Amino acid sequence: MEYLLLIYADAAQFEAASPTQQAEGTAAYGAYTEALQKAGVLRGGHRLRPTQDATTVRMASGKTEVLNGPYAETREQLGGYYLIDVPDLDAALAWAARCPGASHGIIEVRPIWPVGSE
Amino acid sequence: MNRVAPDASLEAARAAEAAARRSYGKLIAFLAARTRDVAGAEDALSEALAAALTDWPMHGVPQTPDAWLLTVARRKLVDSARQRRRADGAAEQLLCLSELATGEEEDSALPDRRLGLLFACTHPGIDPAVRAPLMLQVVLGFDAATIASAFLVAPATMGQRLSRAKAKIRQAGIGFEVPEHSALRERLQSVLDAIYAAYAEGWTDPEGADARRRNLADEAIWLGRLVASLLPDEGEALGLLSLMLHAHARRDARRDPQGDYVPLGRQDPACWDAAMIDEAEALLSRANGCDGIGRFQLEAAVQSAHAVRRHRGGADWPAIEQLYDALCELTGSPVAALNRAVAQAESRGPGAGLAALDTLAGDARLTDYQPYWAARADLLARCGKTDAAAQAYQRAIGLERDPAVRRFLQQRAAAAAAGNAAPPGGIQ
Repeated sequence: MEYLLLIYADAAQFEAASPTQQAEGTAAYGAYTEALQKAGVLRGGHRLRPTQDATTVRMASGKTEVLNGPYAETREQLGGYYLIDVPDLDAALAWAARCPGASHGIIEVRPIWPVGSE
Repeated sequence: MNRVAPDASLEAARAAEAAARRSYGKLIAFLAARTRDVAGAEDALSEALAAALTDWPMHGVPQTPDAWLLTVARRKLVDSARQRRRADGAAEQLLCLSELATGEEEDSALPDRRLGLLFACTHPGIDPAVRAPLMLQVVLGFDAATIASAFLVAPATMGQRLSRAKAKIRQAGIGFEVPEHSALRERLQSVLDAIYAAYAEGWTDPEGADARRRNLADEAIWLGRLVASLLPDEGEALGLLSLMLHAHARRDARRDPQGDYVPLGRQDPACWDAAMIDEAEALLSRANGCDGIGRFQLEAAVQSAHAVRRHRGGADWPAIEQLYDALCELTGSPVAALNRAVAQAESRGPGAGLAALDTLAGDARLTDYQPYWAARADLLARCGKTDAAAQAYQRAIGLERDPAVRRFLQQRAAAAAAGNAAPPGGIQ
């Protein structure tokens, strides 16, 4: 089954960290990505630019509205994701717990809804 | 209406909590022994605890809180069974009810059936993965959400697994009796395995700061003490308790004041809990006097061979290697083989350890096992194989959950890349 691991974290916390800590954090994500690859479970994943670079679009009363910033102004924001393919939720949670994001933010684990299924 | 002073309700709440903590499993075991309806007993007891919180502040905490809770819970159980009786009218249940209602054991001290309850929770008919969680809930009263976090399972999933296991106990008629001699040892193994699983989940508490998990390790030790006291001639029960106490004695030494990870080989023995180690040693020598030898006695002996560092410079690596030999023979576990390789590296040099590790390469059970990659990386670095070491470190870092251990491995990897292999002593 495919699961999306959504990484929610406080970007300000990362920006406030020392360059050494930042490099350590980035390297930890690199190692995690490689471990997912070597285990043969990685289907995709990316880091996202911070929410200052986000733009939202919606149709409201027939008009398209375009706004700067993220969908919701919360301290923790979506900072990246992994798409993994594992046998079950237990396995997905085991990988989520290993994600460096789990120790500086929150990982939301969501099963993919396959096209055509109920 | 009685006015309830705030401190009276606080005192009552504390008393209820203390009674629940001390007697939860005893009360459940007693309430469910005949009906085998664990879920029903839990509901009745939680209603009784709720009733205590309203009654005790007004009337004072009863002299024997356990007996009070038992009487109320039993009444709730009888009420709900009467309601159910209309639905299924089982004659057997009526019989059980009449026995329950007479309360024949009310005057004497509450008989301790917790051991039987432990055997029921770890019965071969129960899925091995749910035995430890079930034991924590039924014997100690942990809620499903706490157990789910400890075992890294979704709370809804854990709730379902626990209900399924309780239904199985009732429907399959799993008894609450302690097995007879011949079956005892075999069945005891799964009781001990479940206790150790609970301990291990508590011990791996990543930050070393999660109160609920710290609690889990303490509670596992409590269960270990209970089993060891009820079966004082079973070497494995004593061995397990010794093993847990040895590990627990080093609990706080795993982090330095900055919160950084300190591997066993670098820990200062002065930071270990000496009294706890002494108790563990005494249990181990008692275990050695019992019939037979098992996994937990061997693992406790390994811990004992590490603990000799209290009195001399290093751990007794040749003894550790021999003990892991015996564990490999006994269990066939790849983790035991991994630990043996690490011991070989310490007593015969990193090349020998690496050669032993090579025989494990490709074992699917170790592919995603962080300690395998960390040990491999360490030995590769000490053999001067810098590139291969870097790759193995990378793998170990990617598989680690604990941020402090991750940082430690990153520092080791950087040192290895700069040509400074770690000093001997193991990195686990």
